[in-house]
Amino acid sequence: MFDIVIVGGGGAALVAAIEAATLGKSVLVLSKHYPTQSQTSMAQGGINAALYPPDSCDSHIQDTLKAGVGLAKEAIVQEVCRAAPKAIEWLDSIGMPFSRKGEAIAQRRLGGATYPRACYAQDYTGLKLLHTLYDNAVKLGVALRSRTFLLNIIEEDGVCKGVSVLDMARGKVEQILAKAVILATGGYAKMYGALSTNGFGSFGEGVAAAMRAGAKLSDLEFVQFHPTALKKSSILISEAARGAGARLIDQEGQEIGGELWTRDRLSRAIFEAMEEGREIFLDMRHLGKEFIEKNLPQERKLALLYEGVDPLKEPVPIRPVAHYTMGGIDVDENMQSSIQGLYAVGECTNAKLHGANRLGGNSLLELVVLGKKAAQSAAQMEQAPQQKLFERTKIDTNFIKAVFALPNQIDFWERQEFLSKIMYHNCGIVREEMRLKGVLSVVRQHQKELAFMGVRDKSPLMNKELINFLEYGNMVELAEAVLVGAIQRTESRGAHFRADYPQRDDKKFLAHTMIWKENGVLCADFKPV
Amino acid sequence: MKIKIKRFHPHFEPPSIDMEYEVDNAPTLLDALLQIKRQKDRTLTFDYMCRSGVCGSCAVRVEGKEVLACQHIPKDGEYIEPLSVVDVIRDLSVRLEDALVTLGSSKAYPLDMQKVAMNEEDERLIERQSDCILCSGCLSSCPVYESNEAFLGPFALSRVWRYVADKREQAKKEHIDAVVQNGIWDCTLCGNCTQVCPQGIDPKNDIVMLQSKAVQFGYQNPNLGGFGSFGLEF
Ligand SMILES: Cc1cc2nc3c(=O)[nH]c(=O)nc-3n(C[C@H](O)[C@H](O)[C@H](O)COP(=O)(O)OP(=O)(O)OC[C@H]3O[C@@H](n4cnc5c(N)ncnc54)[C@H](O)[C@@H]3O)c2cc1C
Ligand code: SF4
Ligand code: SF4
Ligand code: FES
Repeated sequence: MFDIVIVGGGGAALVAAIEAATLGKSVLVLSKHYPTQSQTSMAQGGINAALYPPDSCDSHIQDTLKAGVGLAKEAIVQEVCRAAPKAIEWLDSIGMPFSRKGEAIAQRRLGGATYPRACYAQDYTGLKLLHTLYDNAVKLGVALRSRTFLLNIIEEDGVCKGVSVLDMARGKVEQILAKAVILATGGYAKMYGALSTNGFGSFGEGVAAAMRAGAKLSDLEFVQFHPTALKKSSILISEAARGAGARLIDQEGQEIGGELWTRDRLSRAIFEAMEEGREIFLDMRHLGKEFIEKNLPQERKLALLYEGVDPLKEPVPIRPVAHYTMGGIDVDENMQSSIQGLYAVGECTNAKLHGANRLGGNSLLELVVLGKKAAQSAAQMEQAPQQKLFERTKIDTNFIKAVFALPNQIDFWERQEFLSKIMYHNCGIVREEMRLKGVLSVVRQHQKELAFMGVRDKSPLMNKELINFLEYGNMVELAEAVLVGAIQRTESRGAHFRADYPQRDDKKFLAHTMIWKENGVLCADFKPV
Repeated sequence: MKIKIKRFHPHFEPPSIDMEYEVDNAPTLLDALLQIKRQKDRTLTFDYMCRSGVCGSCAVRVEGKEVLACQHIPKDGEYIEPLSVVDVIRDLSVRLEDALVTLGSSKAYPLDMQKVAMNEEDERLIERQSDCILCSGCLSSCPVYESNEAFLGPFALSRVWRYVADKREQAKKEHIDAVVQNGIWDCTLCGNCTQVCPQGIDPKNDIVMLQSKAVQFGYQNPNLGGFGSFGLEF
């Protein structure tokens, strides 16, 4: 038996694993991908820390609180921003190859930051961070088990006993017990399918599993959209392009938005223009060949490969797409969920650091600072669960068997594509009651139809269609919760914009949206900040 | 456009067959594979995550050469196979555990990092090597690993050089000690790994660098050593 089981292999999981191992705990990291294949590898921009004057931790705190529009918790923001310089120092001490400017760690300015505050490693900040953490986990001999898919949290009387998982290569259900479990399974922005910058992994199974086990979720309706992704592939074109002077135009050449517009305002303007049938492009022709080749080579390569468009010669078609989920498993200041012994960290949580909107560069910081904290809290759990076959495991074993026997009269993949599309158009950048309710009824219909879906691939061995189906099942369950949050919050705040309630309403909604399940029924409430 | 894929399932007889599929409008090979899976054959098994060349999940061989499916533009008639040398689980999906073990056995991690000033020049020394996405493409192309699984292999050795070349790292000798057995002297410097790396990393050159560092620490290239003793015996 392990002291701590960590589900997930991204940045949050590996920081927690390193800290737990350093504290002398036995730890197992299990994830559906190999750890270095996690979405953390995709982060390009950087990781925030106020390192040198005139920047200061106070300024970092102010910027973060401002972006959070009342829903970021001052105590946690203080804690994380003040710990940021130490976090960078720690990363440097374990080998992170940050880019330098002279002998100092180089920093760049991301949207919403008063000063250049994001430490980076070329355009590979997340990649290099993840691999540095991985190397250190290997060094410490941390047990890493990949291609292991989380099915459920094993919970009895409000206490977490472990997890039930599917061994993907063999197709077998197992239970893994531990004194404490840390979920670090990432966000759910891939719920928006092809209209998301996220990789094929972020469907939110960890969040949905926590909800099934009775844990509280919060602020799920806050989903950040990024204004500039390639139109066909939704691959992120970083803010660097606009920062360097690229312009947003429509097919007539008319300019959209202003230089200083925030991500959400710009996303909304582009979205509305597109709903009117206009096409939007990122135009960087005027920057010149030399400049583009030197400063935006990655952008040019991606545009050529995925859009078949050379930014030197033509404007690049773009659209705003889902990028980051602020909401998630509700955790207290020790990263504990509402279930004893179940902790969570990273994008799967709502630690109230980002509030209603996240600043670029703050999530990688969250992984490092709060990842350690999650491990320290989990390390306090001393009670080993009883060694027995838990009911949950039996149910899940039968469930997987049953999935193979489902009749397959409805193709889940078609359903998933449809749901993603209507989520984007109605529960995305601009929302409105009737349309949200329409999507909600579709989601409930999908839930009922699950029994008529199933998989065509009947092999137990590395059955990726089964994994896709399980991801979809979780997504449908979680989408309901996101929609309920979006319907209940009849105001506009941060990333949540209601066309029918365009004003912010502090009297009613300076509060977190709490969502949980009781005996399978979804419950919702507001908890004042 | 047609592409041919080598399928594999250990429970089937025969376990391996080639299947041809028609695809259209696929900007990348990954798009083509996804299209086949969604529209034609749900049993086709392959790995992917980021679709932007950074997660390292989707390496396969096209016409015998290692590529990332998400960065490769498919062409009519191409033959797609899984990586070689590693165990195939099913179709294009391979088991990487044994390959990743080389990172531990070669000590491809920081040993004794100290706080020392680093400038842009120092950082550039490790920039390329730390671009590695652990796709295992290089390992698949390596003839030495093919015949000797104890060989530490290109990505692990490149990563060791990344730590040796890191100005903050103090335990350089310990790193070298870890790669003289089944490591730097076993490489034939054929350069396959360098040719296939999607990140433009040059493991062969990094191995040469490790060799010269080893000589500085008093190790001798065993491939050359033989002649000396031969001369003395006479
Ligand atoms: C394109 C892009 C660019 C970004 N750029 C930046 C940036 O510049 N700065 C910044 O701060 N943030 C950035 N972000 C956000 C940031 O990358 C993420 O928030 C962060 O990496 C999340 O880390 P994580 O460890 O919580 O989750 P992830 O890295 O997503 O890892 C989740 C892990 O959980 C595992 N998992 C998931 N479901 C299951 C399951 N059912 N069973 C078992 N395992 C499971 C996965 O295999 C994976 O290992 C960016 C995001 C994207 C998509
Ligand atoms: S150069 Fe060396 S490591 Fe690279 S493929 Fe050839 S033998 Fe293998
Ligand atoms: S060195 Fe290149 S080919 Fe080898 S694993 Fe790393 S990225 Fe892949
Ligand atoms: S899918 Fe990530 S590298 Fe190809």
